[in-house]
Amino acid sequence: MKVSIDWLREWVDSGWDPVTLAARLTMAGLEVEGIEPACPPFTGVVVGEVVTCERHPDADKLTVCTVADGSGEPLQVVCGAPNVRPGLRSAFARVGAELPGGLRIKRAKLRGVESSGMLCSARELGLGEGHAGIIELPEDLQAGDDLRVALALDDSLLEINVTPNRGDALSVLGIAREVAALSAARLAPLPAEPVTASIRDRFEVRLSAPAACPRFAGRVLRGLNAAARTPLWMCERLRRGGLRPISPVVDVTNYVMLELGQPMHAYDLRRLDGHIDVRWSREGEALTLLDGRIAKLEPDVLVIADASGPVGVAGIMGGERSGIYADTTDVFIEVAYFAPEAVAGRARRLGMHTDASQRFERGVDPRIQERALERATRLMLDIAGGQAGPAVLTQVEAELPRRPSVQLEFARIGRLLGVEVPRHEVEAMLRRLGMQVAGAGETLGVIPPSHRFDISLPQDVIEEVARLFGYDRIPEADALMPQVPRPATEQRVGRERLALQLADRGYQQAVTYSFVAPDLQRMLDPRGESLALSNPISADLGVMRRSLWPGLVQALVENVRRQQDRVRLFEIGTRFNVTGSELVERQSVAGLAWGRAAPEQWGIPSRETDFFVVKADVQALLALTGRHDLGYVADALPCLHPGRSARVTGSAGTLGWIGELHPDLCRKLELRQAPMLFELDVESSFCAQLPVFKDISRYPQVRRDLAVMVPDSVSFEQIRSVVRAAASESLRELRLFDVYRGPGIEPGAKSIALGLILQERTRTLTDADGDAVVAAVIARLRSELGASIRDHA
Amino acid sequence: MQDLESLSARALADIEASADLAALDAVRVAVLGKKGSLTALLKSLGSLEPETRRSAGQAINGARDAINAALEVRREQLEREALAKSLASGAVDVTLPGRGEAQGGLHPVARTQMRIEEIFRGAGFDVAEGPEVEDDFHNFEALNIPVDHPARAMHDTFYFPDGRLLRTHTSPVQIRAMRDRAMPLRIIAPGRVYRCDSDVTHTPMFHQVEGLVVDEGISFANLKAVLRHFVEQFFEKPRELRFRASYFPFTEPSAEVDIQCVFCDGSGCRVCKQTGWLEVLGCGMVHPNVFRASGVDPERWQGYAFGMGVERLAMLRYSVNDLRLFFENDLRFLQQFNRG
Repeated sequence: MKVSIDWLREWVDSGWDPVTLAARLTMAGLEVEGIEPACPPFTGVVVGEVVTCERHPDADKLTVCTVADGSGEPLQVVCGAPNVRPGLRSAFARVGAELPGGLRIKRAKLRGVESSGMLCSARELGLGEGHAGIIELPEDLQAGDDLRVALALDDSLLEINVTPNRGDALSVLGIAREVAALSAARLAPLPAEPVTASIRDRFEVRLSAPAACPRFAGRVLRGLNAAARTPLWMCERLRRGGLRPISPVVDVTNYVMLELGQPMHAYDLRRLDGHIDVRWSREGEALTLLDGRIAKLEPDVLVIADASGPVGVAGIMGGERSGIYADTTDVFIEVAYFAPEAVAGRARRLGMHTDASQRFERGVDPRIQERALERATRLMLDIAGGQAGPAVLTQVEAELPRRPSVQLEFARIGRLLGVEVPRHEVEAMLRRLGMQVAGAGETLGVIPPSHRFDISLPQDVIEEVARLFGYDRIPEADALMPQVPRPATEQRVGRERLALQLADRGYQQAVTYSFVAPDLQRMLDPRGESLALSNPISADLGVMRRSLWPGLVQALVENVRRQQDRVRLFEIGTRFNVTGSELVERQSVAGLAWGRAAPEQWGIPSRETDFFVVKADVQALLALTGRHDLGYVADALPCLHPGRSARVTGSAGTLGWIGELHPDLCRKLELRQAPMLFELDVESSFCAQLPVFKDISRYPQVRRDLAVMVPDSVSFEQIRSVVRAAASESLRELRLFDVYRGPGIEPGAKSIALGLILQERTRTLTDADGDAVVAAVIARLRSELGASIRDHA
Repeated sequence: MQDLESLSARALADIEASADLAALDAVRVAVLGKKGSLTALLKSLGSLEPETRRSAGQAINGARDAINAALEVRREQLEREALAKSLASGAVDVTLPGRGEAQGGLHPVARTQMRIEEIFRGAGFDVAEGPEVEDDFHNFEALNIPVDHPARAMHDTFYFPDGRLLRTHTSPVQIRAMRDRAMPLRIIAPGRVYRCDSDVTHTPMFHQVEGLVVDEGISFANLKAVLRHFVEQFFEKPRELRFRASYFPFTEPSAEVDIQCVFCDGSGCRVCKQTGWLEVLGCGMVHPNVFRASGVDPERWQGYAFGMGVERLAMLRYSVNDLRLFFENDLRFLQQFNRG
């Protein structure tokens, strides 16, 4: 909200300069986000009076006029505005004047006619959007007066961010109350002189929903001058408050809203039928709004209706039918109190946040209606003439919001804030905020003023004390802490450790969005069910990810587009798996490797990343757990190469997957080469085994190598388990040091070279022992896997 | 003995002249070997007169010792030369890059989150987590934000068709922790949060760390102290903190916390928009309605809560000037955070 400092000063004079004022408000919770000048800088502009006007000899749209600027003889000025006329007072930029944007006014010839200065439109001076003609100034201004002084333009505006609890601060009065409380300066009294009725017209008001609208002040005004214009000073204040002038009646209602915080509405009396009823909307009702849109009204929408139906959505916006028109002379003014609960949420639902709804949702002072009505009446009569009927207050007293006394144990203030504030200071501060304070014992009874909707608990009162006392005066104090150590588990491998392990193996951590493109997810996981957002930020961020792979694949594609030739990414985050209505969130660690197996470098042969490069990374991760139950089972997902993918298993089931992206998908994603992917479920994969020490054998170890030829279909896992079983106790380590296919090996077979490291715990192995083990291994490989022995040593 | 002198002189000369260890060994064999010249002289001693044999023997032994010593000196010399030669030929270009895998690294947001966790762990906080898909109760209702509350407009919420939502803050973890754990409580809750908003300064997903301490007699003064400690540890320098009154539905009193600008130390710069202050945190004393919704007796327990944006802190810490960079996963960006 923008507040003019000049306007504010009419209500309270704190003696603070704008910067101090802004700082004090900010610290007290009314954050000033900026201080800006009320109008941009310009010089040399004065009030000019147009003396004569003649048509330009060579241009239809130009007028040659003389303008008195108080400096002597009237000056000849060429003007293009349609509203220039003798007697008009306007803004006159003298020769040498500098206008906003740096335009300097020089003596000039326009179509051959000399012009010594310029008459200005509002836009040319940064005073609004008006550019249809030159500014029309009031006649009581003297030619030659400095325009900045005459219009009080050297004003500053505070841009204040009012939090939702402080509806009471959405007005000049509201801010002034706060400044008065902070500075202990006196607040000007509310103008409350009633306007005496000069006609007897009334318009009937019924309150059919008294809980939602317990109070309604109304008045009929007749004979307003439809041609009247809103005075410049009011236009200026509206502009500084961020509103556009429209017509005197509407402008006055807006002005009073800015000033007192009470939104109001004026109806064209001609178009109101019978009576006004404030009631809940009925089935099937709709309303054409002032802005031309048609609002469908649900039954929980409070409406202002006349005998023929709704004429406005209460506290939000008026209807078109009964709006103020250019020829309106008779009006009915509505100044009502609508309960926040009756307005809240409707504006959002109807898609129309208005200045009125913003205030009613947060709470308008339920006691200010008559005074706002009197203020508005006075202003309307002053501007547009006419006659006022009596101010009529319709209310259901029992339904007005109550402000029960808040019982606050005094000691609680010190307990919550950690500072002792003297009692007299507490009471003085609360009173400055308009609260009634009673009670002499341990407990204070505090009654908040009618405009405060946010004070019903002791804590609310304590916050007021803290705000006025100053948060900066509360000391810092370390809390005492129980000496209870936090757990330091070794039963699990922490996510930080996983991240560091992958980073140390050359992976870069990514953070991708938890919502992904539905088609990419479907491409990778055609059978999976996706949890879709109702209101995604864009269609390609529409569904919750079931896996971290879509995000990583997307990041790969984008990095390849940025000419990266090697990409290793990992992410740790949540997967959202749905089956029917069941949602399971699981933490997952996933990685992607693409391009060379190692960064391009000298001295090691260049190789592309393949299944086994990534398997090593997965094994390194899982090795952190010390688990012995891990397995890699050939299996495929739809998005993986069926021959180059594996399910990672533990004794309790699947832990995750490794594999190469399916060639079909690579083609669709325009990847020249397939990335390797892995993903492991964190919870089930990374439970750790504590290391248990075993005696180190003091006896020498013996190594025996053998090369066996087996059919291609025999897996290494099969070979390993046979060797293990055959070699029994003395096998300490089995090394695989070659897998060979090609010349010398028959097609459909492969040669596997194994190193057996043998060692006993209680004695030295002899050559004969070694030979016996190898013989046993060979025999079992032959009989169980059809292996033939190529060589052994 | 003419023989001995010339033999000895020649042997010493040959030793000096030998070019390598093999040549030196050949000299040794030729002089001292079984059939060596000096060995022959020694053998010939037997044929001499006893009186001359003794002095001749001494002379020959003396010559042998001298030759042995010379052999040893020359051998060491040749070995040194050989080593020097092999060292010279085995030299590598030490400016060639090392081989192997390159170093990867942590995402700057993850790294920042880890530091925040580490700092608070050191102060006795536990790390708590909660679901990212939340219900209205935990995300709003229990946090004193009823339906149609204007504060809901501050949260542009992502919804699912069944009414569930993506949490808009990590505050629901407060509720879960208070319901599930015994008091007193000292937790931080880091994690992803979501708002339906996307522009230069907003991404639809970002990270928060929520803090909650509940105990008997926890006060605003304690909150002020813990946040100063945190800020000073995080930025590794003394900082002024400014607590401003503010509003959050779930705390009362509430405050926004500004810190003295980390770039200009408060004298005013582009980052702090010439104010000298940076807004980094929101905090306050836990609202009694929040305690009640969590089954905690507000008459007995007091507590504070705070929340901070991880990206905001990461941007300040590492001088990142565009929030959106964090989620583009551009390797050229990510790799800049691999040190440390």
